[in-house]
Amino acid sequence: MERLTGAQIVVKTLIDQGVTTIFGYPGGTVIDIYDALFDESERITHIETTHEQHAAHAADGYARATGRTGVVLATSGPGATNLVTGIATAYLDSIPVVAITGNVAGGVIGTDAFQELDITGVTLPITKHNYFVRDIARLQDTIREAFALANSGRPGPVLVDIAKDVQEASYGFESKSPIEPRPHRVPAPEVLEAAAAAINKAKRPFVYMGGGVIASGAGELVQALADRIGAPIGSSLMGISGVPTNHPRFLGMQGMHGHYACTMAMDDCDCLIALGSRFNDRSTGDRRKFRPSGKVVRIDIDSSELNKTLIDQVDVRSDVKCALERLLPLLDEAKHPEWDREVAALRQREESFADVRDGMTPKNVMEVINSHREQDMPLVTDVGQHQMWAAQHLSFSQPRTFISSGGLGTMGFGLGAAIGASLATGKHSVLVSGDGCFAMNMAELITAADHDVPVTVVLLNNGVLGMVRQWQSLFYGQRHSNTTLARKANYVAIARAMGAEAQRVESLEELDQALEKALAFNGPTLIECPINKDEFVTPMLPVGGTMEDLVVNMDDVDRLLGNRQ
Amino acid sequence: MNIYSIAIMVRNEYGVLNRVTNMFRRRQFNITCLTVSETETEELSRITVQFEGENDRAREQLVAQLAKLPDVIEFREFNPDESISCELLLIKMANNDEQRRQMLDAADAFHAKIVDYTRDSIIFRIAGTSRRIDNFIDLMRDFEILEVCRTGIISLERGPQVMRTINTL
Repeated sequence: MERLTGAQIVVKTLIDQGVTTIFGYPGGTVIDIYDALFDESERITHIETTHEQHAAHAADGYARATGRTGVVLATSGPGATNLVTGIATAYLDSIPVVAITGNVAGGVIGTDAFQELDITGVTLPITKHNYFVRDIARLQDTIREAFALANSGRPGPVLVDIAKDVQEASYGFESKSPIEPRPHRVPAPEVLEAAAAAINKAKRPFVYMGGGVIASGAGELVQALADRIGAPIGSSLMGISGVPTNHPRFLGMQGMHGHYACTMAMDDCDCLIALGSRFNDRSTGDRRKFRPSGKVVRIDIDSSELNKTLIDQVDVRSDVKCALERLLPLLDEAKHPEWDREVAALRQREESFADVRDGMTPKNVMEVINSHREQDMPLVTDVGQHQMWAAQHLSFSQPRTFISSGGLGTMGFGLGAAIGASLATGKHSVLVSGDGCFAMNMAELITAADHDVPVTVVLLNNGVLGMVRQWQSLFYGQRHSNTTLARKANYVAIARAMGAEAQRVESLEELDQALEKALAFNGPTLIECPINKDEFVTPMLPVGGTMEDLVVNMDDVDRLLGNRQ
Repeated sequence: MNIYSIAIMVRNEYGVLNRVTNMFRRRQFNITCLTVSETETEELSRITVQFEGENDRAREQLVAQLAKLPDVIEFREFNPDESISCELLLIKMANNDEQRRQMLDAADAFHAKIVDYTRDSIIFRIAGTSRRIDNFIDLMRDFEILEVCRTGIISLERGPQVMRTINTL
């Protein structure tokens, strides 16, 4: 048996887990691990970001784009706390990430040593599980367990904190393969029959997919289900790209800023088949008045999601794919002409609200992106108005190509994630961002330029924090407190200074040309698109509102603001 | 508010109590009593928690969250009719001539055992249901209570079933 240092065991175990790329930032308590990485640079590429937070987002983006576990490495103390937002982002969206941190040596733990921090305590509520390794005998198996845990069941982040003396010590090492995932729990026949019975008697069934559909790779089965039972399909933000946007049954995103027909049809269904979605407040509005509650047939791998926010009629605790494979044969083929007509009417109504303006409107910018983006390119967003416009207007035909921070809503998520997604897939990634978010993470252009990562940032610059401004306009008497940025910064010059190609476009034609050029460039590019500061995201369901309170388009907005009759 | 009682078998590792109680904190449940103890095997600890919850739905959510913790091996919710629960009380009373006789009679009626006796103090020990212990403390309020310590509830199901079969037993 080979004798290796703890640090070498860490690196060898990562290799055994199939890890080829990690993101991170060196520091005092991970010097040993970096030293071991130095010897393995052929097998593990380390991408050094400018800040640990973005390394965590990059690992997250890497995982979202592929389903493979993302890995991030940081030092103790501030290195570890800088990971916190990234870990929480992955936790809220159930993304498999393993975060490895160093900590001070066992002998000084508990003495408030330099850069000592109880990171397992800090990350307790935002990890699936975490470990503090103080015994080298446990090191290899702890890392193997961490990987198994991160990417099994409902995926999520796992943190492994390793004391410095453990990294320095030596111990016998023998390569071990990854821990085999436990086979999926197969739902009991009577549970599947109950679900089938509820679906078979439905007159207005609706299929709703969340992130669980992407995680389990169940998109095709979702389409088969909808076709079989004659149901429209809706999606949560996290479910986007689960089925192709142009699928005839797909109504788009549901919820606060969802597509009108989707949100209304879901509200009016008599059987809501919910697949790996958790119905948070942005989806349901006021839950007590949310009409589908009580009509839900739910499939979720996580038993704690069952009945959590809505009342379910049947619960199937299972991986979505595993359940659908067994459920489909039990379902009657059905057509619901009356329901189809109702849904078609809703779609027509939605079209009548459509934004048909010319010029640099958010929707038109998205259309230009649609016309250039190849379908296998990861499309990443930051958080805010631009995120909703992207979710509403961009089209997808392959799962895992829409990457966005849904649950935590992390501004500044995008650029790190886009770098991770590009490196994971070997494709050019497109980041749709806003000026607020971009300024939070723009230093990562340095990373992208250094490593020639092809990332194109389409920066919608409205000079305001648009989503908060929108709320201030609608609900706070147009008191725009601290949301007008009025910055002197020149984003094009900043991007160039960091080693990216950049330009500002003033028309859709210029955008068209710029995008074509950018997507052919092997490195980071930025295209700044100025848009009006009073573009709103519509439809909009006010917080706690019901479907009657829906603000459907800019005319509605103007009416609400008293701008027009 | 309803009172619920649950026993949780966890891996006997440092920090595990924190993981369990953190779940209660996060979902805003108030723990009314908690005991942690070693079990028939070194690898497992047993946590018995009594907590207040608004309704069964909230309790179900909490239990489902607890069940997800990798360190939780097994858990059991207790129905009072099908389980035996008890706790232990130590109570230190002032010892004085005027009240001694009455106090000892009361303790005797409850089968409380005197475990420490000095010129100025008496410690009684009593085990039983929480209600019995509440009643005893209430009775002692007629005299001068110096200090009270109770263990919190421990519970086992009636009958031969166990939470986990341990091969080494």
